[in-house]
Amino acid sequence: MGADGRSESEDGGALAVSAVNMVDGVPLFLAYVAVACALLSGVVSLFAVRRHPDFLHTGSFLFLFLAGVASITAGGWALLTNLTVTDRLALGLPWLEWHLRLDPLSGFFLVLLGTLVTAASLYGPSYTREYTHGEAPQPLPPLGVFTATFVLGMQMLLLADDALVFMIFWEIMSLSGYFLVVYQHQHAGNRHAAFLYLLLAHVGALVILLAFGVLAAFGGGLTFAQMRAAPLTPLWATLAFAFAFLGFGTKAGMVPLHVWLPDAHPVAPSHISALMSGAMLKMGIYGIVRVSYDLIGEVRWEWGVALLVVGTASALLGVLYALMQHDLKRLLAYHSIENIGIILMGLGMSMIFLGSGHPLLGTLGLVAALYHTLNHALFKGLLFLGAGAVLYRTHERDLERMGGLIQRMPVTAFMFLVGSVAISALPPFNGFVSEWLTFQTALQAPALDNGVLRMIMPIAAALLALTGALAAACFVKAFGIAFLGKPRTRHVAHAREVPMGMLLGMGWLAALCLVLGVLPTLTIEAMAPITRLLAHTSLPAATAQGWLWLTPVSPQGASYSAPFVLLALVVVYGLGYLFLRRGAAPARRCYPWDCGFGSLTHRMEYTSTSFTQPIRRVFGAVWKVDEAVETTTAGAGPIPRVTGIRHHLHVQDWSWLKVYQPIGRLILDAARRIGFIQTGSIHTYLKYSFGTLVFLLWIVSL
Amino acid sequence: MNSLAMSSLSIAWALAAAQTLIFIAAAPLLAGWVKRLKCHLQNRAAPTVWQPYRDLAKLMRKDMVLAENASWLFRATPYIVFGATGLAAAAVPLIVVHLPTAAIADLIVLVGFFALARFFTALAALDIGTAFGGMGASREMTVAALAEPAMLMVVFTLSMTAGTTNLSTATETVLQAGVVLRPSFLFALFALAMVAVAECGRIPVDNPATHLELTMLHEAMILEYGGRHLALIEWASQIKLMIYAVLIVDFFFPWGIARDFDAVSLAVGVGAVTAKVMLLAMLLAAWESVLAKMRLFRAPQFLGFAFLLALLGMLTSIVLETGS
Repeated sequence: MGADGRSESEDGGALAVSAVNMVDGVPLFLAYVAVACALLSGVVSLFAVRRHPDFLHTGSFLFLFLAGVASITAGGWALLTNLTVTDRLALGLPWLEWHLRLDPLSGFFLVLLGTLVTAASLYGPSYTREYTHGEAPQPLPPLGVFTATFVLGMQMLLLADDALVFMIFWEIMSLSGYFLVVYQHQHAGNRHAAFLYLLLAHVGALVILLAFGVLAAFGGGLTFAQMRAAPLTPLWATLAFAFAFLGFGTKAGMVPLHVWLPDAHPVAPSHISALMSGAMLKMGIYGIVRVSYDLIGEVRWEWGVALLVVGTASALLGVLYALMQHDLKRLLAYHSIENIGIILMGLGMSMIFLGSGHPLLGTLGLVAALYHTLNHALFKGLLFLGAGAVLYRTHERDLERMGGLIQRMPVTAFMFLVGSVAISALPPFNGFVSEWLTFQTALQAPALDNGVLRMIMPIAAALLALTGALAAACFVKAFGIAFLGKPRTRHVAHAREVPMGMLLGMGWLAALCLVLGVLPTLTIEAMAPITRLLAHTSLPAATAQGWLWLTPVSPQGASYSAPFVLLALVVVYGLGYLFLRRGAAPARRCYPWDCGFGSLTHRMEYTSTSFTQPIRRVFGAVWKVDEAVETTTAGAGPIPRVTGIRHHLHVQDWSWLKVYQPIGRLILDAARRIGFIQTGSIHTYLKYSFGTLVFLLWIVSL
Repeated sequence: MNSLAMSSLSIAWALAAAQTLIFIAAAPLLAGWVKRLKCHLQNRAAPTVWQPYRDLAKLMRKDMVLAENASWLFRATPYIVFGATGLAAAAVPLIVVHLPTAAIADLIVLVGFFALARFFTALAALDIGTAFGGMGASREMTVAALAEPAMLMVVFTLSMTAGTTNLSTATETVLQAGVVLRPSFLFALFALAMVAVAECGRIPVDNPATHLELTMLHEAMILEYGGRHLALIEWASQIKLMIYAVLIVDFFFPWGIARDFDAVSLAVGVGAVTAKVMLLAMLLAAWESVLAKMRLFRAPQFLGFAFLLALLGMLTSIVLETGS
C-alpha cells in the first residue's frame, strides 16, 4: 500500500487496482506451475527403475497431465482476456536477468502445447508399458526425464522475452528431442536419424542466433523489448527476417531443410512423435511469427512472396512424397511437411497484404495460418497416436502388412478416420475451415496493385487445391489399406483394441477436431487478441453474423455455416434410418463379387504401392523412382514357363541426392584437404600454438 | 415490422427447402432425359424419361445383400454421400436467386462437399477388399486430384469478376451486368464444362454405362452396393450432374432466374432453368456420342488442358478486365 502512495480516501480504488494486478498475475503463475509440473514429472521418472515402473506410468504422466492443464489454463486466460504480463527472474547471468512474458500469441501456442501434452499424458501410461513388458525392454527414466525437459523447453521458450532465455530453452528442446528420437538406440537407423535431426537442429539454431544477433546489435541489448525498439534499415530487417526464416524453417520442416523430419519422427515413441509433429514444428512457426510480426514489426511484401513460394513448394512436395510412403509414420511425417507448407502459404499471403497496405486482408491471412497451426497440431497428434496404437498392438508400421483393423480395433479406426477426414480438409471438420480461410485470403488478390502478385496468388491457391486433393488421396490410401479390407498378415488378423487410456487421449483430440470445425466463429473471436497484438487489426466482419455463420470478409463475399452442415448430415442419416431402414428386412451377408473365380484372398487386394501407381506415373519427375520387375522362369523350349515374379520399387527424395549428399561430399573433401596440417609431430603443434599466441598478442596491442 | 421481416424470412426458408426438394426430385429426370437423347443420337431404342425413377423405386424395395466383411463405414457411406450432395444442392440457386441456404456454402465449400462424398465412396470401395474397389478408388482419387486445380482456377476467374464466391451474389452480379461478352468467362465456361465432365464421370473420362474393369472409375467403387444403398448413391450422382449443369447456367447464362418471390417470377424461373438445362443436356448427349472414352493416362492431359483454359481465363481477367 505504501508503494502506491495513494491516500486513504482512495483506499477502495487502490484495493481494486491491486486486486486487478493480482488477478493479472494469475496466468503467469499458472504458467510457472505448468513448468514446475513438467520438471516434477521428470524428477519422478528418475525413480522409475525396472522394479517400480509405475513411477513413470502413473506418477510422471500425472504431473505431465497437470502441466498440460495448467498450460491450457494459463494460455487460454492470457488469450481470452487479451493480457500481456511480463516478469523478471533473477536467474541467468548477473547483469542479465531472465525476462519472461505471457501475451496472447504465447498464450495461443501454450494452449496448443497444453492440449497435446494432456492427450499424450493420457495416452502414454498404457503405451509405455511396451517398454517394460514388451519384447525389447528399455530403461524408463531417460524417457520420462527427456519428455519432461522437452515439454519444459517448449513452455519456457514460449514465455521467453529475451534472446538468452529463448536460445537456452530452444537448445534444451532440441537436445531432449535428440535423446527421445534415439531412445531405441539399438537400431543403427535410429541413431542415423537422430544424428541427422541433431545436425540440422543445430544448423538452424546457429542461424537463429544470427537473426537475434542482428536484432540485438541494432536494439542495443538482448531483451525482446529492446529488439522491438531497434531502428532497422530495410536491408538489415530483410537480413534478420531471412536468418529467422531459415533457422526457424529448419525446425518447422520446410523444403529443402526437411530431410531430418521423415527419418526422425517415425522412430521416436509414438506419443513423442505426436508431440514433435504437433508442437515442436509449431515452435518454428511461433519463431517466424514472433520475429517478423512482433520484433521486426514492419513486414514487407517481398518476404511474403518468399514465404508463399517456399510454402507452396513444401506443401506440394510434402504430399507427393507422402503418397509414395508405405511406412505409416513416415507418411504422417511427410504430411507434417505439407501442412507446414500450408501454414507458410497463409503467413506469406498475410505478409503480402500487410506489406501492400491492406491490414484487414493481412489479418485474414494471419488468422488462417494460425488456425491451421492449431488444427494441424490436433489432427496430426491424433493421427500419430492412432499410428502408435496400431504399432502397439500389431508391431507393424508397414501399410503393406496391415488390413482389416476396423473390425479388430473399431474405436482406434474411428479416431484415425476422424483424423484422416480432418487432415484431408473435408467439411465439417477443422482442417476444412482453415483451408477455406486460406483460399478466401488468396481470393482477395484483386485488391493488390502489383499485377505479378495478383497472378502468383491464384496459381499458389490452385496448387494448394491440388495439394488438398492429393492429401485426400493419400489418406484414403492410408486409412483404406491399414484399416479396411482383409488382414494381410497373421499378426494383424489377431489384433485387439488398445487400452482405455490410449483411446481417451485420441478421443480428446478427435472431439476438439470436431468442435473447432463446427464452431469456427468462436475460435476466430478467441484469436482476435493475437491479431490486435501483431497486426493492430481484428476481423469484426468474420463473426458479425452470429455464431452460426462464418463470413471472413463480408456476408455477400463468402459464408460458411459449419453447424448447418453437421445438422444436415445428421438429419439425412436420421431420415434414412426412419424411412428406409426400419421395416426393411435385415441385410443378408454373402461373399463379395469375385467374377466367378473362387474365394478371394488378401493377395488380391490393392496394396499401398498399387493404389498410388497412377499418381506415380502422372507426377513421375518429382521422385527418383527405381522400379524393376524380375521374372524367374523354368523349363527349356521356345516359351519358358514363368515360376515367379518380383516387383522392386525404390522411391527416393531428390533433395537428399541433389542437395545434401553433394554438400556432405564437399565437406568431407575439404576436411581431407585441410587434414594435411595434422602432421602428428609435436614440434609442428608447438609452432602452431606459438604463432597463434603471437598473433593474438599483436591484435590485443592494436 | 418485425413480424413482417420474420414472415418474409420464414417464406424464404420455406422456398429454400422447397427448391432443394425440387432439385433432388428433378435430378433423375435430367439423367433420364440425357439417356433418352443419347439413345436417339445413337439409333437405339430409348427408355422413357421416367425410367430412372422406376429404377430408384425398384432399388429401394429390394432386399439388401452385404459382403461378409463389410464394416459400418460401408453401410454409412451412402447416407453421407447423399447428405453431402443434397446439401450442395440446397446451396445452388435453381429457381430463385436470393435464398438463405446459399449462405451455408459458397463455391469452395461446394467443392468440399463433393470431396467429402468422394472420400467416403473411395473408402467404401476399399472396405470389401476386392481388386475392383481398389482400382476404382485409386483411379478416381487421381482424376479428382487433377481436376481440383482447374476447378479452383475457374472459381478464381469467376470471383475476380463477381467479387465473391457466394453463389447467390455471383449470379446476381452476372445478372445485373447484362449480356456482356467477357473473354475470361468464355475460357472459364469451357474449363468448367471439362471439369464437370471429369467430376461427374462422363465420357471421355469415365463411362457411366460400363461395368468392365478396364473402363470403370465411378462404377468400380460402387460395385458391391445394392438395394437402397445403391439407390442413394445413384441418386447422389444424378444430383451431382444436375448441380454442375445448374452452376454453368447460373454463372454464364443466368437470365430468367427469379429475383422476387411472386408467382410470375417463379414460373418464369422454372421455365428458364428447365429450358437451359435441357439444352445443356443435348450438348452433353452429343458430346458423349461423338467422343470415345480415353485411356486413364490421357486424363491428365485432358485436365491439364482444362487448367490451362482456366489459367488463361484468370490472366485475361487480370490483364483485360481490371477495374470492372
